Amino acid sequence: MSALVEIEDLTVRFSGERTVHALNGVSLSVEKGEVVALLGESGSGKSVTLKSLMQLLPGKRTKIGGKIAFDGRDVLKLKGRELANFRGPEVAMIFQDPSLALDPVYAIGTQIAETVMRHEGLSRPDANARALDMLKRVRIPSPERRLSNYPHEMSGGMRQRAMIALALACGPRLLLADEPTTALDATVQMQVLLLLRELQQEMGMSVIFVTHDIGVAVEIADRVAVMYAGTIVETGTIAEIIKDPRHPYTKGLLAANLHGAVKGARLDAIPGAPPTLEEPPTSCPFAPRCPVAMAACHAARPPLISKGPGRAVACILEAESVL
Amino acid sequence: MFTYLLRRLVYVIPVALGVSLICFLLVHIAPGDPLVAVMPIDATAEQEAEMRAVYGFDKPLPVQFGIWLGNAVQGDLGRSIATGRAVAPEVTRAVGNTLLLAAAASVIGFPLGIFFGFMAGYLRDTVWDRIITATAIAGVSTPNYWLGMVLVIIFSITLPWLPSMGAGPGGSSDWTWDWLHMRHLVLPAITLAVVPMGIVMRTTRALVSDILDQDFVQALYAKGMTNSGVLRHVARNAAPTALSVIGLQLGYLLGGSILIETVFNWPGSGYLLSVAILQRDLPMLQGTILVLAMFFVTLNLLVDIAQSMIDPRISRA
Repeated sequence: MSALVEIEDLTVRFSGERTVHALNGVSLSVEKGEVVALLGESGSGKSVTLKSLMQLLPGKRTKIGGKIAFDGRDVLKLKGRELANFRGPEVAMIFQDPSLALDPVYAIGTQIAETVMRHEGLSRPDANARALDMLKRVRIPSPERRLSNYPHEMSGGMRQRAMIALALACGPRLLLADEPTTALDATVQMQVLLLLRELQQEMGMSVIFVTHDIGVAVEIADRVAVMYAGTIVETGTIAEIIKDPRHPYTKGLLAANLHGAVKGARLDAIPGAPPTLEEPPTSCPFAPRCPVAMAACHAARPPLISKGPGRAVACILEAESVL
Repeated sequence: MFTYLLRRLVYVIPVALGVSLICFLLVHIAPGDPLVAVMPIDATAEQEAEMRAVYGFDKPLPVQFGIWLGNAVQGDLGRSIATGRAVAPEVTRAVGNTLLLAAAASVIGFPLGIFFGFMAGYLRDTVWDRIITATAIAGVSTPNYWLGMVLVIIFSITLPWLPSMGAGPGGSSDWTWDWLHMRHLVLPAITLAVVPMGIVMRTTRALVSDILDQDFVQALYAKGMTNSGVLRHVARNAAPTALSVIGLQLGYLLGGSILIETVFNWPGSGYLLSVAILQRDLPMLQGTILVLAMFFVTLNLLVDIAQSMIDPRISRA
């Protein structure tokens, strides 16, 4: 296996009324055919990481540093046509709320066909045939009829399936999923997750899946990267993260989860709130909330300490345990 | 779609009936006796009663309305009290002239308003946006009769390029499609176009700017659409609302051109109305208002149909 995506020391700063250092040195690599979940709470920089990968952040107010390589190409240097050709066939994205992400005045079939015609130069009948094929693949019932349906005529789950069909229509090598099940009912959520996993295996693409729900990450991901305050604090396989969390934040997240909780027992919430990121962090960003923080934690940012292939933790306690 | 069209068409009937009732009553509610204008001061009560009977003013209101409506449906709008001539042909000619003026103003105002509104929305918060928005606000806030007079001073008096009066040479009110007549249209049409242009510009800018903030635009970029492809989606999303604003503005161009028609002596319905009001010419007033109102109703119908064809959520909801 070789890395399809290589993110190196990515920093993103939004300026405007308030400066926000949304990403502060994110490094992540995704292998071909691998599903990586970005796990973290709101504002931890999950979505910003995804959008950087497609240059979807508002250009004027955003300052991006670091490097993103996709199959050897420098994504952050793409412009104009090149960028438009990159989005779709190479990297595609599904969004959190399909009722907002689909154009309300175009039929589903048209929206899918339009993408295929744009990228592959197919004729309209051929593009429509592809659209029908895609609706079948995401198992939308009576797909022929659904082609001419508008987004408002479909249920939430159906819309998200259509969104997936749209994203996969050009056979992308990397799929970015931005909390695609958050806006759905719990039962539909599971169906969509299973469908995504199945399509991923069928098409052999890589997936970066953003979620705040560790249960969802367990369902879909091979590997997890836990994000906090615009940094990755821990990476590892799903089993490693669940069974042997090393970073105090990951431990806190797991303790705060309902899965396996005992009735009547208190859930352990992490005290405090994440930093506002108006300044880039100069110390461990989790230190103010950390139950085991020491003086050294407030002095400098901890390095990401490698604990074997694909396993790393950003906590000085780990450095000591190695010594 | 078909049932929606049918339903929308059927709705027109009560609306049209209501509108004609209001047209009829409005004039009767207004104080003053229409006969005062035409009766000699020393007329006897007998003569007055006779006159009243001739015009049918002696019958109860509902009966008057019934007769008036029955005639109107057949294209007979009665006779003018002031001139004694049939109302229908006069109204037809005047409304025709107003339509002509409104059409000319639309051709100038709407495309420009849409184009610059789109530009301002797409380039929002840039210098271009500020220039366009400021121009639009200036256009909307300028009283158009004042602008009309200024244009007359500049282009008819200081620079004698364009005529300022009437719809043809020598104040002729018969229209022909030649430059001699068309140059009479230039100044009033431009004057009339300014306010609707500003309103359409501002609406389009707001629409486009709003749509560009929606998630689906980002999703369009994410699937690799080029700028022109995205703009096509934006235009289609903006179209239904823009259309309804344009429809309303067209209505304003038809009914609200009284001041402009007065400034430029344009022989249109506004001019006819102002004369009819001054002379308390009831049949003329009712006839003109009715015809204009029916145009407005038709216009709304057309806009609704066009909207439902663009936005599927309207007809199926």
